[in-house]
Amino acid sequence: MINRRMFLKSSGLALVAGGLLPNVFVKMANAATTKGRKVLIAIFQRGAVDGLNVIVPYGEGQYYAARPTIAIPRPGSAEGAALDLDGFFGAHPSLASIFPYFKDRSAAFVHAVGSPDATRSHFDAQDFMESGTPGVKATEDGFLSRALAATKSEKGSPLRAVALSPALPRILSGTAGAVSMTNIAQFGIRGGPASGQIAQSFESMYGETVAGALGGTAKKSTDPQKLQPENGAAYPNGPLGNALRQIAQLIKSDVGLEVAFADVGGWDTHAGEGGPQGQLANNLRQFSDAIAAFARDLGSRMSDVVLVTMSEFGRTVHENGNRGTDHGHANVMLVLGGGVRGGKVYGRWPGLASSQLYENRDLAITSDFRDVFGELLTKQLGVGSLKAVFPTYDNSPSKWRGILA
Amino acid sequence: MRRLLLPVVAFLFLAGATSTDTNLTERQRALHVLNRLAFGPRPGDVDRVLNDGVDRWIDQQLHPEAIPDRAVDARLREYGTLRMSNAEIVQTFYAPIVEMRREAKNKADNASVSPQLRKEAQRVMQELVGQRIVRAADSDRQLNEVMVDFWMNHFNVFAGKGIDRFLLTSYERDTIRPLVWGRFEDLLMATAKSPAMLFYLDNARSVAAPENRPRMQPRRWPAMMRPQQQSQNRGGLNENYAREIMELHTLGVDGGYTQKDVTELARVLTGWTIDQRTGAFIFRPQLHDACAKTVLGVHFPAGGGIEEGERMIHILARHPATGHHIAYQLCQRLVSDDPPKALVDRVTKTFLYTDGDLRQTVKAVIDSPEFWDPQTYRAKVKSPFEYVISALRAVNAGIDDPMPVARAMQQIGEPLYGAQPPTGYSDKADAWVNTGALLNRLNFALALAANKLPGLHSDVASLVPSDRSVDALAVALTGGNLTDETRKTIKARGQDDAPTIAGLILGSPEFQRQ
Repeated sequence: MINRRMFLKSSGLALVAGGLLPNVFVKMANAATTKGRKVLIAIFQRGAVDGLNVIVPYGEGQYYAARPTIAIPRPGSAEGAALDLDGFFGAHPSLASIFPYFKDRSAAFVHAVGSPDATRSHFDAQDFMESGTPGVKATEDGFLSRALAATKSEKGSPLRAVALSPALPRILSGTAGAVSMTNIAQFGIRGGPASGQIAQSFESMYGETVAGALGGTAKKSTDPQKLQPENGAAYPNGPLGNALRQIAQLIKSDVGLEVAFADVGGWDTHAGEGGPQGQLANNLRQFSDAIAAFARDLGSRMSDVVLVTMSEFGRTVHENGNRGTDHGHANVMLVLGGGVRGGKVYGRWPGLASSQLYENRDLAITSDFRDVFGELLTKQLGVGSLKAVFPTYDNSPSKWRGILA
Repeated sequence: MRRLLLPVVAFLFLAGATSTDTNLTERQRALHVLNRLAFGPRPGDVDRVLNDGVDRWIDQQLHPEAIPDRAVDARLREYGTLRMSNAEIVQTFYAPIVEMRREAKNKADNASVSPQLRKEAQRVMQELVGQRIVRAADSDRQLNEVMVDFWMNHFNVFAGKGIDRFLLTSYERDTIRPLVWGRFEDLLMATAKSPAMLFYLDNARSVAAPENRPRMQPRRWPAMMRPQQQSQNRGGLNENYAREIMELHTLGVDGGYTQKDVTELARVLTGWTIDQRTGAFIFRPQLHDACAKTVLGVHFPAGGGIEEGERMIHILARHPATGHHIAYQLCQRLVSDDPPKALVDRVTKTFLYTDGDLRQTVKAVIDSPEFWDPQTYRAKVKSPFEYVISALRAVNAGIDDPMPVARAMQQIGEPLYGAQPPTGYSDKADAWVNTGALLNRLNFALALAANKLPGLHSDVASLVPSDRSVDALAVALTGGNLTDETRKTIKARGQDDAPTIAGLILGSPEFQRQ
């Protein structure tokens, strides 16, 4: 595990580490930059991650009563104990690599957050979360696409919005012209040695409309493929590590990226979920290590980047007969990056007593995921009005949690 | 970003509107039907249609049952799962996975399903995807395949939702394909009772609230049924299907129904579920809402059963709003992204007068002046499926393994059976045209023309044995002419080999359109 000092040192920025600014990335702001371009990275944990074992309410006796075999021990109480966040919540030990960012106040969590729709169908809940209109199925486009459409782009970069996935995800589908790819090395014309000429021919046929997009925009200033991870960042092998490594390359090569999206599955832990070790622990370690590597790789560029995670719903408070958890309601989100007022678990905690649960079984929702995104889209992407982004929701700034400065 | 996208779309459209206001030539007519009512011409197809006569070709295509399709039939014989029932597929491919999961659970370790079993199970989707590609590319019943694509999308079922990947084989074979030339009501009823749809839109788990269930003497259920019985006792109403059958399958989103109608229709459809033993549709009266209901002004007194849902489907299928909704979508698919109102109204009338006769309705679209309008000619952008299949046909590709083709479709943005939302894929170009997807189209074109796609074999040079000019290749590959701009661009490159020229032609704006 890296500590704060090591982190700063490895970024080559120990000199500016003593300032009063709350955020480690801001402290590093005068090193490598994204040239002021703000970037939002959204990660979808598909399959409904068990937020109660990610950010553990160890101060609640009910938590331990409800989970006799899979609970994460109180901080300091045993091996594999939760990492204390604020005296009430603790992080799963697999989040060790993200923990220093929380301590540095660069990362925050929002708990008891989610989509208000009652569905416990993965399929519907993901759909609702990505369309940004829970309960309304006819919405054709995704809310990130609408957010991009609501902001002005000075020189419409063809790589303004990128999904590291084989097909364009629902959240980015729409008129924003988002691009999906699994391998940025392949984002260009592949015609052998004559690729450059062929790309020129296609650009000539298609005119100005695709100028620059075919000949390898991704190679504009630097070949992103050749940008090795910096600051000693080591991405774990796996889908999320690969996706974030490539997103970092896009950011560094200054191709005009504003929104990036990646998804990662494997959270549907109905059986054998495990506690400090096991199925969820392994997935979380990959997840945390990939995000930590990303932050480390970008170094001071992170001051212009915000990364946020989401998952379609949470899981039952009580473990089931198979030492797993079933589909629940509210969940937890991670927000990490520049401008984040971190070191805090946001959201009103609804409690785990029977009377406090949603439909007598699940963590209740006290923050709508659109409150979190409303704030991020406004402050990070400069979306002026959220009306078109979340048409069915009154997204008043008064509901924002103040996660971003 | 609108700024970037819209010019791409606009360019594709503008470049298509090169025809004058005069009528289409006979050759253009032949190319038009091959693009719209088929998945594009194969080399020589335009001449063949011209020889037979365009109208005669259309008439044949409207009666696919009379077109022998032996080559495709023979080819598909190797796909064993295509002949298996739901129960056989579930038993063969899914049951072992369930069993292994159960064992892993009992051992409380993290052993997941073995890669071997997973691979075996993937055969079901691979063969289903494979047959779709082979049929679209090689079947002589081209319009039939166009309509299968249309109706599979209209009644979309997502393979990624749970067990549906094992139910789609029967869904396409038994529910959709036999009925695409029949009456809409029959198609609607068949989908309503299909296990794939019952599972996809959750009606299988929608049961009456316990207090609304019929009072029956307690009886002993066969042992196999008990677990399901128990789990459903805890359940309640699920409005998912009731909403989508009105919004997407029949009336349309502005079809005049209310939230109350959705809830009431959901109650009408309680008890319509899947028999866990046979994998078939079953109506379970003990889970049906026995109280009175009113849907769209139709009153059902207490104590009804399956006939309530059947009556509502009958009513929905013949509703004027349904006629309009289906007509609009067919015109959007076959004529233009924003079909003219007069055309839609005319086709709506045909639909309603003929009691939803789908052959007559499609014929009404084809017979319309709008279909033959020069403004319509090559004005619609091909969907990812249409683009990939039309390129295969253009180079006369032999398909040894359809999986790389399936992957190409996924990269271009629309994996087969992979539309998650119940809306299916959009039939409008703005959903497809983005630079990333376009880039994937271009790379597919280059690889295909160079015979570098695994699983396919083609030889574009053999299509033009004597004259390897740009113009000769353009005629061979597209059946028609390139714009001056594209021709100039390719010619200006100087000496290119046939595969490079072919790749540029298949990637050209002209070939993106139909």
